Amino acid sequence: MSHYAMVIDTRLCIGCGDCVVACKSENRTPTGLNRDWVVEQTRGRYPDLTTEFRSERCNHCSHATCVLCCPTGASHHWQGSNIVLVDADRCTGCKACIAACPYDARYITPEGYIDKCTFCHHRVAKGLDPACVATCPTHCMHFGDLDQASSRVAELLGKRDYKTLLSGTGNRPNVYYLT
Amino acid sequence: MKRRDFIKLPGLAALGVAGGGLLSGCQSRPLPGSGEVTVTPTVCEICFWKCAGWVHAENGEPWKITGNAEDLHSGGRLCTRGSGGLGAYADRDRLRQPMLRVEEKGRQRFKPVSWEEALSFIAERMEQIGERHGRDRLALLSHGSGGGQFKRLLNAFGSHIFAQPSYAQCRGPRQVAFALTYGEDVGSPDRTDMANARCIALIGSHIGENLHNGQVQTLSEAIARDATLITVDPRFSVAAGKSRYWLPIGPGTDIALLLAWMHVLINEDLYDHRFVEQHTLGFEQLREHVQSFNPEWAWLETGLEPERIRATAHELGRHAPASLVHPGRHTTWYGDDTQRERAIAIVNALLGNWGQQGGFYRPEKVELPAYPAPKPAKPASDWKAAIQADHPLAPKGISHKVIEACIGDQAQVKGLFVYATNLPMTIPGIADKLNRAADDLELMVVVDTLPMEVTGYADVILPECSYLERHDDLRNSPEREPSLALRQPAFEPLHQSKPAWWMAKQLAERLGLGEYFPWQDYTEVLDWQLQQVGSSLEEMERIGVKTFPRKTGLYFSADDPPSFRTASGKVELYSQLLADYGYDPLPRYTPPQQPGEGYYRMLYGRAPAHTFGRTTNNPVLFELMPENHLWLHPITAADHGLKSGDYARMKNRVGVRGNPIRVRVTERVSPRDLFLAHGFGHKAGGLRLTDGVGGDDGEMMDNIKIDPITGSTGMRATFVTLEKA
Ligand code: SF4
Repeated sequence: MSHYAMVIDTRLCIGCGDCVVACKSENRTPTGLNRDWVVEQTRGRYPDLTTEFRSERCNHCSHATCVLCCPTGASHHWQGSNIVLVDADRCTGCKACIAACPYDARYITPEGYIDKCTFCHHRVAKGLDPACVATCPTHCMHFGDLDQASSRVAELLGKRDYKTLLSGTGNRPNVYYLT
Repeated sequence: MKRRDFIKLPGLAALGVAGGGLLSGCQSRPLPGSGEVTVTPTVCEICFWKCAGWVHAENGEPWKITGNAEDLHSGGRLCTRGSGGLGAYADRDRLRQPMLRVEEKGRQRFKPVSWEEALSFIAERMEQIGERHGRDRLALLSHGSGGGQFKRLLNAFGSHIFAQPSYAQCRGPRQVAFALTYGEDVGSPDRTDMANARCIALIGSHIGENLHNGQVQTLSEAIARDATLITVDPRFSVAAGKSRYWLPIGPGTDIALLLAWMHVLINEDLYDHRFVEQHTLGFEQLREHVQSFNPEWAWLETGLEPERIRATAHELGRHAPASLVHPGRHTTWYGDDTQRERAIAIVNALLGNWGQQGGFYRPEKVELPAYPAPKPAKPASDWKAAIQADHPLAPKGISHKVIEACIGDQAQVKGLFVYATNLPMTIPGIADKLNRAADDLELMVVVDTLPMEVTGYADVILPECSYLERHDDLRNSPEREPSLALRQPAFEPLHQSKPAWWMAKQLAERLGLGEYFPWQDYTEVLDWQLQQVGSSLEEMERIGVKTFPRKTGLYFSADDPPSFRTASGKVELYSQLLADYGYDPLPRYTPPQQPGEGYYRMLYGRAPAHTFGRTTNNPVLFELMPENHLWLHPITAADHGLKSGDYARMKNRVGVRGNPIRVRVTERVSPRDLFLAHGFGHKAGGLRLTDGVGGDDGEMMDNIKIDPITGSTGMRATFVTLEKA
């Protein structure tokens, strides 16, 4: 079992949206829907300013409220890892998970099932990084198994300050932002 | 605890299905890449950085484009725009067939015609112009990989008038300033060794918003390694947000800052003595020149505190030679741009970073022989003397001068080819001249993939296929290591579109110039060239990029010192050439013109999702960024009763009112300036996604500042006021 995490260095992220485009083409996400997105947060007054860019997506929570609330079991953890997937064959489109997700990471497809970021598990299964991580021109995104002490993600969380989003929900998110 | 929670879940899931047999699920899509996947090497054409990549198709359907791991331009990672490159192929508004302007019942329209008809028409008109006015009276304006084919055609015909807006609307000042100082240009990709720099200063260069791939990657590497980043920009750019020092300078006062930096470097003895003594000319004149330009003087001009100016000069000096002032790329701002770029070149010389690690590396390209074909004869006339004599030091054709040379009975240019450059949105304030030029020209041909504003002026429109459907010349750009990259068609050309090499060859044959294009298919040329350097088309189809060993060191050393192709063979801090032509031999600061009461300075720039107006109709990139925003400081917004999400119009001093543009209220712009990304506000009529969407900075420009040295168009003296839309 693996504990997959994405670690994103906000010091390097420039908010270019390459992660969004690479995800859309990799996963053929329908027009108008996105599995990841970029948030810009500017604080202060001219000329005393800071800006943080964040590439955001499903947090593949260890304690995933979407999985817990799914009445059909369509939302599930992949192969016992923390990667949260939706099995379209079982999904009835009831949207309970959309309400349960603190990150607004889910959407309903034109076909009527719920979809969202998969951490590109089809690539992970082949030992590849998710498409967003693989394309990021700033190299600000990292992916790996936190349970492997030697992994880059474990190393980065060991030595840098970081935060997660809405850490108070108890969902135990797995997308980390280096600050 | 955590583990147990999710180990239980598959059980829950099974229960869910067992208990919910009546609920109907949906058919899931197959996992990406589970079908039959083919990959084809490509070279991205979404911008001029020309990254090498792979086009992936699954079960014959376009899937995605990724970077080629062997490619130094991209490091195996395409940028936002390159990743969205399939949209250039899929764009439903692409030009489909050749079109000819016809007049019926007093009204003009474009009539779809066969290639035969279009090409014969052009060839006949060319012959006519040749007979009536001379064979040297055709011009080419071009930006893009296929332009060389038309250049060859016109040269073979006898015409050499040629310009690229990337000179007079973009890189010209940098090119000329570095050539004057170092004897050579910075080149493309820019030879900045940022990955190894310990200190980098960006002067208005918003890397990160302009997404020149290698530049973004190496700057990011520098930040990751804790290099000191200094960003000089009136706007809080993305790069400013990453910087240890952001200097929110008064627009147009950069030369004052650069002079003050020189003052500190020289007077506090922080410059590279060895480099200055061995390799430069005019240091004493420079020392004298900068004596009065101390940081206190610069404070009054730039608004930057003297301590900050000193501190940043110290940082630059402390890390030299692994320290550089980036020359920028789009440098046509205020009309004294060559002088500003000269000042940048001079600060770098004081840092002694030419050919040094962390400064400017020595780029190298592959020595690639040209395919054996007759060489077109040398020009019969001096066309530069005829059309741009007022800028004798301009090494390249000046695009707006070429257009001016199309106007009138006695015009020098009688036939114009425009390849893949949308002149009305590229050259500021050109609309009126272009109208007159189009009236007077006897032939105007536009080659493009999309119906742009410029296509509306054409007599004949030739539809080019996208870069994903064609061969072009091998990419052979100077880099850290010499390399070649192949663009191979990934798909059959859609509609009746054709590659540039085919069009030029077809025209040549109709003009009796077929001998200049002695190939049936362009693959013959590529294969022959590749064979000469020990590769082959077959190999390149497999690997896409081939890297060759360097012949020289990446940096200079004591045993391998630099040489400079200036008149003196030295780095010319003082430029005798400029003095001889009556220009300032040392950079002089001129205070910029100010907007005046009630007006704002319109600043423009790039957005990472788009390459100017060339991609705003690309469906993939349109979705990411469908419109541009007008950035307003909260005070400005309040003064005009505007809030984020409202629409406003800009109005310039001569009464031109722009398209409605959505307002973004942000502290990232100062109360005296406005900012918008360039490339929006199309009016062509045939771009269904982007027509009429967003604001066009270009149409607001009424106060163009021509640089006397390069002839380039300074575009940052545009002053506008605001109206609610
Ligand atoms: S920088 Fe981006 S758009 Fe330009 S060539 Fe590279 S991938 Fe293409």
